Amino acid sequence: MLVYGFINSIILALMALGFSITFGISGVANFAHGAFYILGGILTWLFLIKFGMPYFLSAILAVLIVGAIGALMYRFLLVRLRGLVLSEVIATFAIGIIILELLRVFGVMGFEYRLPSFIQGSANVFGTYVGIQRIIIVAAGVVLLFALYLFVHHTKLGLSFRGVAQDDHTALSVGINPYKVSVFSLTLGSMLCAFVAILILPLGTISVDEGYDVLLKSLAVCIIGGLESTSGVFVASFIIGYVQVLTAMYISTSLTMVAVLACMLIILLIKPSGLFGKYKEIEERI
Amino acid sequence: MSIERRKERIDRCIKAYTDDIFCLSSVREISYLMLPRVLPIALILLLVFFVPLYWKKVMVITFVMSIMAISWDFLASCGLISLGHALFFAMGAYVAGALNYYLGLPVYLTIPIATFTGGAISTMLVFPALRLRGIYFAMVTLIIPLMLMRVVEATKIIGGTEGISALSPLPGLEFGIGISMVAMWVTLFSLRRLITSDYGLIFVALMDNDRAVEASGLNILWFKVQAIFIGSTICAFCGAFMTHYYMSVGMSAFALDLSIFPVAATVVGGMGTLAGPLLGAMVLGPLSEALRGLGTFRVVIYAALLVVFIVGLPEGLFHYLRRKYEQIERWVER
Repeated sequence: MLVYGFINSIILALMALGFSITFGISGVANFAHGAFYILGGILTWLFLIKFGMPYFLSAILAVLIVGAIGALMYRFLLVRLRGLVLSEVIATFAIGIIILELLRVFGVMGFEYRLPSFIQGSANVFGTYVGIQRIIIVAAGVVLLFALYLFVHHTKLGLSFRGVAQDDHTALSVGINPYKVSVFSLTLGSMLCAFVAILILPLGTISVDEGYDVLLKSLAVCIIGGLESTSGVFVASFIIGYVQVLTAMYISTSLTMVAVLACMLIILLIKPSGLFGKYKEIEERI
Repeated sequence: MSIERRKERIDRCIKAYTDDIFCLSSVREISYLMLPRVLPIALILLLVFFVPLYWKKVMVITFVMSIMAISWDFLASCGLISLGHALFFAMGAYVAGALNYYLGLPVYLTIPIATFTGGAISTMLVFPALRLRGIYFAMVTLIIPLMLMRVVEATKIIGGTEGISALSPLPGLEFGIGISMVAMWVTLFSLRRLITSDYGLIFVALMDNDRAVEASGLNILWFKVQAIFIGSTICAFCGAFMTHYYMSVGMSAFALDLSIFPVAATVVGGMGTLAGPLLGAMVLGPLSEALRGLGTFRVVIYAALLVVFIVGLPEGLFHYLRRKYEQIERWVER
């Protein structure tokens, strides 16, 4: 139970990471997040199964394509709407819907749309049998987080990301182009999203509804954790992950969503800015 | 060498004095003011009588959707951008359905009761999110109805996946058309009145600068609760009405389309005018009905239209038309 809760939490955290990073840096709430997730999965599937490319190559191609779509979306649409928060939300949301529903039109549904696991089999972790794929997810999650930390704290680009996140006017005055950084952040967010999709999707099938599901889950995680903070995302995903597992074990599997919703509403009542949302608190929330 | 030109906009002189002087002296002035108000009412009234039966039903749905859109715009002008209007709709729908099915109350009781209890329940559900604003509020409202849909699906309360059907119908289609049309105009004009009154000024101020409102010694949370209650009550009426119109209520009341339609109508029609969303709904309602044959592809067209409008004509149709009506435009040398 503990082990499964842990894995569940890591999966949630990975899902939410791309959303949180994009929002934290450029302030664009990318509501097309779920669509990018599914798109990443479906592109990999396309290259892998239809075109018969090797797994590694098709994964990289899918990540790059989704990243490019994110950048294009920013370059051609969102740039005209900067500052109009509502318009940004509506535009990204509409793009997400376009992608997801187009996939539905092309008939992405059913059992054949599934990615094979990297390695079959299972291993014994603290007395529970866990599929290798899940272990890979956890390992990749930890590596990803560490790499991200290094990137944000010890590279020039990462530091300029943080600069823009804190105050874009000041960032501009020390020679950082907030516009470029925003494009990068959106690209990075969508690439992360596609990468995570490739990691997680072998556990189930690729379906359009999963896209909306992922968006909901990442939003819930980000709201509980505080939108801009990465550590908040992790804590929140552990809360939600364990709450889900506990309700599934002791009450009923069908009530997991109720538990998550209740969890979110209670935390909002106690601490409206989320658990770790100190940053910009006065500015954004009351 | 080309001469640089710019577009000059001048108010029509008739606008200048009909705006300021309250004593209108000629038929021309009165008709200038009344035409944009009376013409749509008359046109729609005429249209209802002369379209075939199928399109009459479409009209009812369009009316209800435009009420939802007006309510969305009202909440948006209070700074409460909701991406989950389906929640309010569903609360009204389910309360009406449950009252009718389990208690056997007649239509003329269920709709009023559902309107107010539905509004109250949705206000309570949204309450935790009311301390947030802008995009944060939007995110939470997007989540709530979709999660509640899962709850209904999972726990099988109030009908579960199948919903409740075999509810008592409205007395006749004409009755339905009449009620929905009157409700639409009443909502539009009373909300316009409300928002320009002293009381409504607080709501608008909530969007512009809520800390200034707080500094004036007003409890913003309480005023937000009132705004949400007004907005959700209007939507709950739509839900209750549609429940009896379809004679059933199901999980589709929580569906994403119901949340998106008001947003789309407002974006197309023009934000912050209350009349704009109505115009938008009048365009989008029949359009989405005409596209029904395309199946899921309809939603794609819909969302694409949304993107085009928000990037290409962000002010919306209503602002554009109003400018054409009230101002003379001409090109002059710079």
